[in-house]
Amino acid sequence: MRITCPHCGSRGLEEFTYRGDATVRRPAPDAPHDAWVDYVYLRDNPAGLHKELWYHGNGCRSWIVAERNTITHEIHSTRLATEALSEEKSGS
Amino acid sequence: MSSKHYSLFSLLRETLRGNTGWKPAWRKASPQSSYDVVIVGGGGHGLATAYYLAKRYGMRRIAVVEKGWIGGGNVGRNTTIVRSNYLLPGNVPFYECAMKLWEGLEQDINYNAMVSQRGILNLFHNDAQRNAYIRRGNSMRLHGVDADILDAAAVREKLPFLNFDNARFPIQGGLLQQRGGTVRHDAVAWGYARAADQLGVDIIENCEVTGIRIENGRTTGVETSRGFIGAGKVGLACAGNSSRVAAMAGLRLPIESHVLQAFVSEGLKPFIDCVVTFGAGHFYVSQSDKGGLVFGGDIDGYNSYAQRGNLPVVEDVISGGMALMPRIGRVRLLRHWGGLMDMSMDGSPIIDKTPVEQLYLNAGWCYGGFKATPASGLCFAHLLARDEPHEVATAFRLDRFGRGAVIDEKGMGAQPNLH
Repeated sequence: MRITCPHCGSRGLEEFTYRGDATVRRPAPDAPHDAWVDYVYLRDNPAGLHKELWYHGNGCRSWIVAERNTITHEIHSTRLATEALSEEKSGS
Repeated sequence: MSSKHYSLFSLLRETLRGNTGWKPAWRKASPQSSYDVVIVGGGGHGLATAYYLAKRYGMRRIAVVEKGWIGGGNVGRNTTIVRSNYLLPGNVPFYECAMKLWEGLEQDINYNAMVSQRGILNLFHNDAQRNAYIRRGNSMRLHGVDADILDAAAVREKLPFLNFDNARFPIQGGLLQQRGGTVRHDAVAWGYARAADQLGVDIIENCEVTGIRIENGRTTGVETSRGFIGAGKVGLACAGNSSRVAAMAGLRLPIESHVLQAFVSEGLKPFIDCVVTFGAGHFYVSQSDKGGLVFGGDIDGYNSYAQRGNLPVVEDVISGGMALMPRIGRVRLLRHWGGLMDMSMDGSPIIDKTPVEQLYLNAGWCYGGFKATPASGLCFAHLLARDEPHEVATAFRLDRFGRGAVIDEKGMGAQPNLH
């Protein structure tokens, strides 16, 4: 598996560290207990497309959101986590 | 005496008759319209559950539905190691229950599962690791489990070819559980399938569950590729596919599916007479009766349903093996493969009811499911039959994450790929 880093191009898997599901969002500090349990422990764990965080630790050290198929390991898209987040915040 | 019971007598009889009297080990059952209990997943755990439900809890009208064939999933893909060398109170009694069941399994199910208590030796390479293993050994002994600490000289006597004087990771000794060892994994699947079948359990292969029917909050059966099957109770034992099947009932689980790779070398003359694990990396190895080195290491570390992994972990595992025993450097690899691991958020399993009535869950085995097979089956059967947890599985509750009662053997936190 190779991951295309937006800065460095196509790089080997061994340069990256995995940080799991990129769709979970930290709840407000005063959110109900269940919301926190959900955030910390529960995952969709889909068979198919999965948005996930990778850290390019042995490269440019940026955080990347990859959309990857968990059945075939095919990577459909990669983008910087900062970009993905700012788009999400602006609602586009 | 029929050839249905395996014995020296039946072997001799069939030898004289040219082996014409053997029957298939289990029937190819077709689904009936309904059962008292339907187990989803015909792996080791599902088959063991069905067997103990029928044998110990006297239940009848049981079906096991399996999307593939018996022995095609993780029960035929693991590295065959059995052990009960755990640290935490919630885990040790459970895995020791499994160990005791392994010890009597072959007589119980009348099947040669090649249970071999050749011992498992966890090596340590520094003072802190030695202290941790002594602590673990003490915890095991307090729970009535056998444990011994070997010093470097005792390890050298047992396995003289290890790399004792590695500059970074010298071998200081090891924690030995002599009752641990290996079991022929396929035979466990076949043996439980045959024993359950003889007690009337329908084992329905090539029957994929496509939905779980719930009426008024109560489970009434499963939709399958071979039609609807009604059920008084439904037990999920779907290992790496647990999240997918649970999602059919609207449940989200504290589980991620990951891929673990395993390896077998070409056959060699016997030279490793136990299971040995490298403490400075992640590498465990035993030698099969055919002579192949059976070994593995870390999971790949990313969500996967692919049943195959990537090369960085292959390199990592094999470099661990080379650091431990440099003599295997010119051995050729015969096979390597991957399997799906239902990695839970604390590294420990779940055997519990779900929020949906009459729906029960057995999942989260991480990459330690094989050794647990008999106890997992027994405890899940107990839960299905009695509606309360078995006494050795009281800690494996689904709500433990919300209660903060996690069983985190490795102390890694809610990070499934690190357990």
